[in-house]
Amino acid sequence: MASVAREILRSSKKLCSYAVRRQLHLQPARAALASSEPVSKPEGHQTVTMVPGDGVGPELMASVREVFTAAGVPVDFEEVFVSEVQPAQSASLETVVESLRRNGVGLKGIIATPSQMSGGILQTLNMQMRNHLDLYANVVLIKSLPGYKTRHNNLDFVIIREQTEGEYSALEHESVPGVVESLKIITRKNSMRIAKFAFDYATKHNRKTVTAVHKANIMKLADGLFLECCRDVAKLYPKIKLETMIIDNCCMQLVSNPHQFDVMVMPNLYGNIVDNLAAGLIGGAGVTPGESYSNNVAIFEPGARHPFAEGLGKNIANPTGILMCAANMLRHMNLSFYAKVVEEAVGKTIKSGKVRTPDMGGYSTNSDLTNMIIRNL
Amino acid sequence: MAGQVLKKLIPSIKQAVSCRCYSGGRRTVTLIPGDGIGPEISASVQQIFEATKVPIDWDPIDVTPVRGPDGMFNIPQKALDVIHKHKIGLKGPLATPIGKGHRSLNLALRKEFTLYANVRPCKSIEGYKTPYDNVDLVTIRENTEGEYSGIEHVIVDGVVQSIKLITEEASRRVAKFAFDYARANGRNTVTAVHKANIMRMSDGLFLKCCREEAAEHRDIKFNESYLDTVCLNMVQDPTQFDVLVMPNLYGDILSDLCAGLIGGLGVTPSGNIGEGAALFESVHGSAPDIAGEDKANPTALLLSAVMMLRHMEMFREADIIERACFDTIAEGRAVTGDLGGKAKCSEFTNEICSKIAEQV
Repeated sequence: MASVAREILRSSKKLCSYAVRRQLHLQPARAALASSEPVSKPEGHQTVTMVPGDGVGPELMASVREVFTAAGVPVDFEEVFVSEVQPAQSASLETVVESLRRNGVGLKGIIATPSQMSGGILQTLNMQMRNHLDLYANVVLIKSLPGYKTRHNNLDFVIIREQTEGEYSALEHESVPGVVESLKIITRKNSMRIAKFAFDYATKHNRKTVTAVHKANIMKLADGLFLECCRDVAKLYPKIKLETMIIDNCCMQLVSNPHQFDVMVMPNLYGNIVDNLAAGLIGGAGVTPGESYSNNVAIFEPGARHPFAEGLGKNIANPTGILMCAANMLRHMNLSFYAKVVEEAVGKTIKSGKVRTPDMGGYSTNSDLTNMIIRNL
Repeated sequence: MAGQVLKKLIPSIKQAVSCRCYSGGRRTVTLIPGDGIGPEISASVQQIFEATKVPIDWDPIDVTPVRGPDGMFNIPQKALDVIHKHKIGLKGPLATPIGKGHRSLNLALRKEFTLYANVRPCKSIEGYKTPYDNVDLVTIRENTEGEYSGIEHVIVDGVVQSIKLITEEASRRVAKFAFDYARANGRNTVTAVHKANIMRMSDGLFLKCCREEAAEHRDIKFNESYLDTVCLNMVQDPTQFDVLVMPNLYGDILSDLCAGLIGGLGVTPSGNIGEGAALFESVHGSAPDIAGEDKANPTALLLSAVMMLRHMEMFREADIIERACFDTIAEGRAVTGDLGGKAKCSEFTNEICSKIAEQV
C-alpha cells in the first residue's frame, strides 16, 4: 500500500518537473527573466546525469560543480561512475543508460578505452552506450578562444560525425590465423539521418556551407553511399551549399588553410581524426567542447576524447572545455541566462591570460583557473 | 721477390677494384616522366643530375595505357619489363583518365611490384614559411592491404560492408622495414600509429607485429600511439615525432597531413619500396592547366630523386643536390610561383645547377 503511494508521489513529482520544463521551453524570454534571480523552489531544479569518466574526469567535474554552485545554477547532478579500466567501481551499463534516458541530458567526461578486450567483447563501453541510446550525431565546436593565440586564429567551424556505425562496428574476425577482417558498415538510413542532422544544424545556426568528407575514390560503395545520401539531402536545402572533400586532402587543408570550413559532416572514423586534428588547432583537448545527440538524449562531453590519465591527481587539467560543454548544456536546457554567465566568466578568464594551465603554456593549476573563473562570474 | 710481385700487383688490384666500383656504380634507372607538368620537371631533374655528375643513366619509358585483350586499359608490358630489369624507377605525376575501363595506373604499378611501403620524409624547408617550424619526420605507410583492399559488397539495398584486411605477413613486413629504415637513416624512434582500442583484432594484430619487431631492434626506441592522439599532437607540436609506421588508410591521411605542415605536396618527396622494385615519385597532381608553361615546381620530384640516391647508397651526390635545392629555396631569388617567387622552372633549375657547380 505504502509502496503504491510512494510510486504515485514520485510520478506526480516527475510530472510536475516536466510541466515546469515545458513552461520554460515555451516561454524562453520569461524563463530568462525569472531565472535572473536564483529559484528557491526545488521544482525549478532540473536533474542532469553526470558521468565523470576516467583520468582527470572527476577533477573536471568537481570544477563544474564549484562553478555551478557559485553561479547558483538550478541544476542537480545525478552522478553515475562507469569505467572500462576500473571495472570494480563501475556502475552497470544499464544504470547509466537508464539514468540518461530518464534525465534526457548528461554531462560526460571521457571513458578510457583500453586496447585489450575484456571478456571477449569487441565493443567498447563508449560504443555500447552510444548504441543503446542511439547517440548518432556528434558535434564538435571548433572556435578559437579570444586571447589565446595558436598557429591558426579566428577559427569557427563545426564538425558533425556519425557515431553509431562505420569502422566502429566491432565486427571483426580472424578468417585464418594471421589474417583479420574488420568490417566497416555504412547504411543508407544512418547516412541520411546524419546528413539531415548536418543540414538542419547548418540552417539553425545560420551557416552557409556543409562539407561532406569521404574517401569514395577508394571505398566506392561504402563512402559512395554516404556521399550519395549527402547529395540527396542537400537537394532539400537549396540555401545551403554542399561541398565534398577527400579525407586526406581535408586533413592537409585543415593544417594549411582551416578558415575555409564551415560545417563538416563525415562517417565515424574520419570524424574521430578530424575532431582531434581540429581540436589541436585551437589549443587541444582541454579547450574543445562537444555534444552527442540522439532523438531524445543530449550528452555534453569534450570534443577530443582523451582521458588524460597521466594528469590524474596532479591538479593540472584544463577545465575550460568541460565548462564550455556545461554552458552549452545549460543553453540546451533553456537556462540561457546561466549559460551566458558561465560562458562569459570563462571567456573573460582566458582573455585576461593571467591564469593558465600547463597545456596552454601556463603554470597554474586546475583549481587556480576554476577559482579565477568563479571570481569572474 | 714476393714483395715485389705484391707491390706490382697492388696498383693493378686497386685499379681493378676502383674500376669495378665505377662500372657497378654506373646504374640505369627507369624514368617515367608522367603527364601534364611531368616532362618538364623530369627534364629539370635530369639536368640537375647531369650537373652533379651522378653515375646514373636514364631509361625513359612511356606508360600510356594500351587496351588489353580484356578490353581494359593497362600499362604496356614492355614498360613493366623495363622496370623489372632496372629494379628502380623515378616517376612523375600520372593522371588516371576518368571513365570506364581505366584502372588507376598507380595502383597497377603498386600491385605489379608489390610496393608495400610508402615512405614520405617531411622536413621543414627554410625560406618557405608555414605555421609549423622544425618539422622533421618520416611517415611509413603499409600500402598493400587494410582499408584499401577493395573488397566491398552491398548486403541488402542501403547497407554496404567494406572489409579492411590486416595480415600478419604484411604487417610484419612493413614494421620490419620501418625499423630498418630508422636504423639506416640514423633515426631514434619509431611510433606505431593504430586504433586498436576500437579495432581490437585487426589493428591489434598490426600492433602485435610492431611490438615483436621492436623487440628485434632494441637500439631503436619504440612508441605506440592512437591515431587520434597523433593527429592532435601533430598539429600542436610536430617536432616530437620521428618515424611513424601505420596501416594503409591512416598512412594516407597522416602523410598528407604532414605534407600540409611543411607546405603541401609540391615540396614533399615520396618513395615506394617493394619486393620487386623501388619506385620514387612526386605525389602531386599533373597540373594540366600549367603544363608546358615552364611554371611548375620540380622540388617534389627532385627530392624524391634524392631519396632514390640514398636508397642506392649514393649519399654524397644526394647531399650535394639536397643542399643546393634547399639553399636555392632559402635564398628565395629564383623560386617558382607556388613558393612565392616569380621564377620559371628553368630558372630555378639553373640556379640549383650553378650552386652544384660550385661544389662539384
